[in-house]
Amino acid sequence: MSQATLRIQKISGHAGSIPGQDTQRDLQVCKLVDTTTCIGCKACEVACVEWNSMPFSPTTFDNTYQTMPDTRWNYWNLILFNEHEREDGSLQWLMRKHQCMHCAEPGCLEACPADGAIVQYSNGVVDFQQSNCIGCGYCITGCPFNIPKLNSVTKRVYKCSLCTDRISEGLEPACIKSCPTGCLHFGTKEDMLDLAGQRTKQLKEHFGYGNAGVYDPPGVGGTGVIYVLHDATKPELYGGLPANPSIPFVVKLWKHPLKWLGNLAIAGGLIGLFVHYLRFGPKAREDEDIPPVGAQP
Amino acid sequence: MTHREQLTPHGHVLRYTFPERLNHWVAAGAYLYLVATGLAFWSPWLFWIAVMLGGGQTSRMLHPWAGLIFASSLVYMFVKWSKQMKFEPVDKEWWKSLHFYITNQDDKMPPAGRYNAGQKMLFWSFFFGGLVLLLTGLVLWFTDALPWSWRWLRYVAVILHPTAALITIGNFMIHVYMGVFAERGAFGSVIRGDVSMAFAKRYHPSWYEEIVGNSQPRK
Repeated sequence: MSQATLRIQKISGHAGSIPGQDTQRDLQVCKLVDTTTCIGCKACEVACVEWNSMPFSPTTFDNTYQTMPDTRWNYWNLILFNEHEREDGSLQWLMRKHQCMHCAEPGCLEACPADGAIVQYSNGVVDFQQSNCIGCGYCITGCPFNIPKLNSVTKRVYKCSLCTDRISEGLEPACIKSCPTGCLHFGTKEDMLDLAGQRTKQLKEHFGYGNAGVYDPPGVGGTGVIYVLHDATKPELYGGLPANPSIPFVVKLWKHPLKWLGNLAIAGGLIGLFVHYLRFGPKAREDEDIPPVGAQP
Repeated sequence: MTHREQLTPHGHVLRYTFPERLNHWVAAGAYLYLVATGLAFWSPWLFWIAVMLGGGQTSRMLHPWAGLIFASSLVYMFVKWSKQMKFEPVDKEWWKSLHFYITNQDDKMPPAGRYNAGQKMLFWSFFFGGLVLLLTGLVLWFTDALPWSWRWLRYVAVILHPTAALITIGNFMIHVYMGVFAERGAFGSVIRGDVSMAFAKRYHPSWYEEIVGNSQPRK
């Protein structure tokens, strides 16, 4: 499995064809996060920091279990806590493992202008290549999940790599390996959807969660991280998970119609001016100011 | 006799002072760099420009600073020229006769002053385009400093910045074409500073009348 999974199917800011694209079909990898069995222990956070050799990240205290408000350039995986009061007044403690969703249609990759700074492997993993990153931050604008984070010193953007270095060697991602409750699963997208479906059925039939469901948003072509939610009709309750995420409309407008209209206008303008000169030439010749030789005063 | 008159040859008139000329070329240098690196970020097919200019990271780092230089030169132009760029009734007539101008029938044009309507449009498109580019550019420069709840500002910036840039690029292409190729003698006015009286009479008749003293200069 090792090298085959690293074949590339999408490259950011890339002119021309993509070498090896579509030569081989690969299984799509997927993380399944079952929020109904997550206990918010943060083992996955620690495993992520350890495996990726990232330093201790300072925490903030805001009278909740939330250790920091958001992921950081060197903190890719964060449990978001929400003490949700239900309509009957009872408390529901919602926890969600927040990280890069590895969209099938990644907004970051769409927005990125740097050749090869963001790639999508044929197994669906979206990975940042910091050596090619120019630090413009367009990926931050393109992402509907608020994931890419800029290191203000190195001016490069970072995020979860779905442990590409591990999964290409047949290992499961570090977060999955560390989960003590088994709320995290890793496998093919097909298998994870199947498992998520079974769990949803269980939640509906045996636990009374009538609105239980799977979060796999079609607006971004589906994601490489899917959630089982107690109430799939209100994903926002889980740390602001967007109900219907998609690549921002302006990013699509900018990267497609505006780009082609702009390119046509620039090329048309250059050709137009050149043809104008061929047809009409200069308005007057500079030497018209000088009387011709032998002219009468 | 002032120093300036000594340097302006007989039959010529000074159109741009030394500070104006210097400012023009500061703006030109900054703008060319901005367009080159901007186009590299605009299209993958042009990313090689950024590579030629020292790499994508360098281009990303210097583009905003060049933008600040260009914006300052626009401020100077605004202070110096904005009064002369005010649209007047003759400019409306000038637009109506644009086809004569394009087909080089300049004798059929209504008399332009120091600046014709096209030059005024160039000035204002660069002034307002530059303003939009500066404001949206600041958002893009410090894009990671914006909180998630302000992301709409990123969306506004990311679409307005290239749109404003395209508008200035269109005006810039016409500007270079007119100044270098179409109106012979115009280029010298931003190098040596002077144009011939014949040039003034042909392209800016009202201005010519002011110079030779047949009419009062506009305030």
